[in-house]
Amino acid sequence: MASLDDLKKRISSVKSTQKITKAMKMVAAAKLKRAQDSAEKGRPYSQKMNNVILNLSSGISDKSNAPKLLSGTGNEQIHLCVVMTSDRGLCGGFNANIIKKAKSHFLKLKEEGKELKIITVGSKGNDQLKRLYGDKIIENISFKNSKNANYFDAEKVGKIIIEKFEKEEFDICTIFYNQFKNVITQIPQAQQIIPLNTENNDENSSDESYEFEPDEDEILNNLLPKNISTQIFKAMLENSASEQGARMSAMDNATRNAGEMVDKLTIEYNRSRQAAITKELIEIISGAESL
Amino acid sequence: MSEEFKIEIVNPDKSFLSKDDVIEVVVPAFEGDMGILKDHISIISFLKPGIISIQTKSGEEKYYVEDGIVEFKNNNLSVLTSYILNLKDIEKNNLQDLIKVAEEEASKKDLNDQSKYLADQKVETLKSLN
Repeated sequence: MASLDDLKKRISSVKSTQKITKAMKMVAAAKLKRAQDSAEKGRPYSQKMNNVILNLSSGISDKSNAPKLLSGTGNEQIHLCVVMTSDRGLCGGFNANIIKKAKSHFLKLKEEGKELKIITVGSKGNDQLKRLYGDKIIENISFKNSKNANYFDAEKVGKIIIEKFEKEEFDICTIFYNQFKNVITQIPQAQQIIPLNTENNDENSSDESYEFEPDEDEILNNLLPKNISTQIFKAMLENSASEQGARMSAMDNATRNAGEMVDKLTIEYNRSRQAAITKELIEIISGAESL
Repeated sequence: MSEEFKIEIVNPDKSFLSKDDVIEVVVPAFEGDMGILKDHISIISFLKPGIISIQTKSGEEKYYVEDGIVEFKNNNLSVLTSYILNLKDIEKNNLQDLIKVAEEEASKKDLNDQSKYLADQKVETLKSLN
């Protein structure tokens, strides 16, 4: 059995850990509120953008002439996966979930014999993927210095992706991120952004004909790159809300576990203190008796 | 019959502005300024840097935008833009900074015609505010 001193030390160390996790939880809760707000406020923009593009693409008469960002390169050989994770750890299963989703996607691609390229956004994803897929990672972007997700960062990522697309370095681009549902649930998502998936959304694309100024092609050429940045920005917002949510619940659990541990250790400490007293008493009594 | 329609301006961070008593909106469309009244035909267009002016019953408001897309449908006007400022909020020194940035951008060598045009527009619009 550990000595009284050791137990005392352990109790105080667990207690100070508990203080840290508690503080982290508070910080995450405060940040979560803000991140959640901006994630919700950011949704209309990306939704509207999507609607406009859907309307545009349904208005295009000559599909074969459509911009490549919309129709694809015609090949499906090289896949680019953009894995978006956080820059900081201690947020429960947040990063692990994205990585898991991404890895299963990678395996599927491998089975189908496709070529894989990876861009990681956020250092945690890079850390976890570089061991297995180090040779596949072509770019690692990290926004450690930006406090909140902002549109300029998203635009940077968007530009990199478009540049690579124009150089024909890949055919299909998918982004991986966590969608924020609520504090305990974040759903890892795989969303294809190039070529754009225009089929699954019929309710918004009405048959009504639009007037376009300038013509459809030019608007689309202008719009599609923007849409990529927008989608990435949306993913970043969702991700940051999810990250804070995941961290909050992870730290809440940690605080609770630490509390339980302190209780257990305190009981053990009291028991061994009692045992030591009893032992001493027995020694004194039996010493007195033997006289 | 009322002659009013709805406008909504969103930027990536939030819904910037929403009004439902709009009489006329003039947007700086790519091919020239475009006025929109109620029952305009459905239209999609994109914006160059310029001034959006919104005429409501209670008065006129002006905003500076750098880019964006407008969609008008069923008397709903949506404007998506990544950079928008209320003209009232632009301070003098702030404006100088914006002009400086815009001029730097316009004087870059490696621009294609379209971005050169857009950058020049930006400088021009900002200077006209001065």
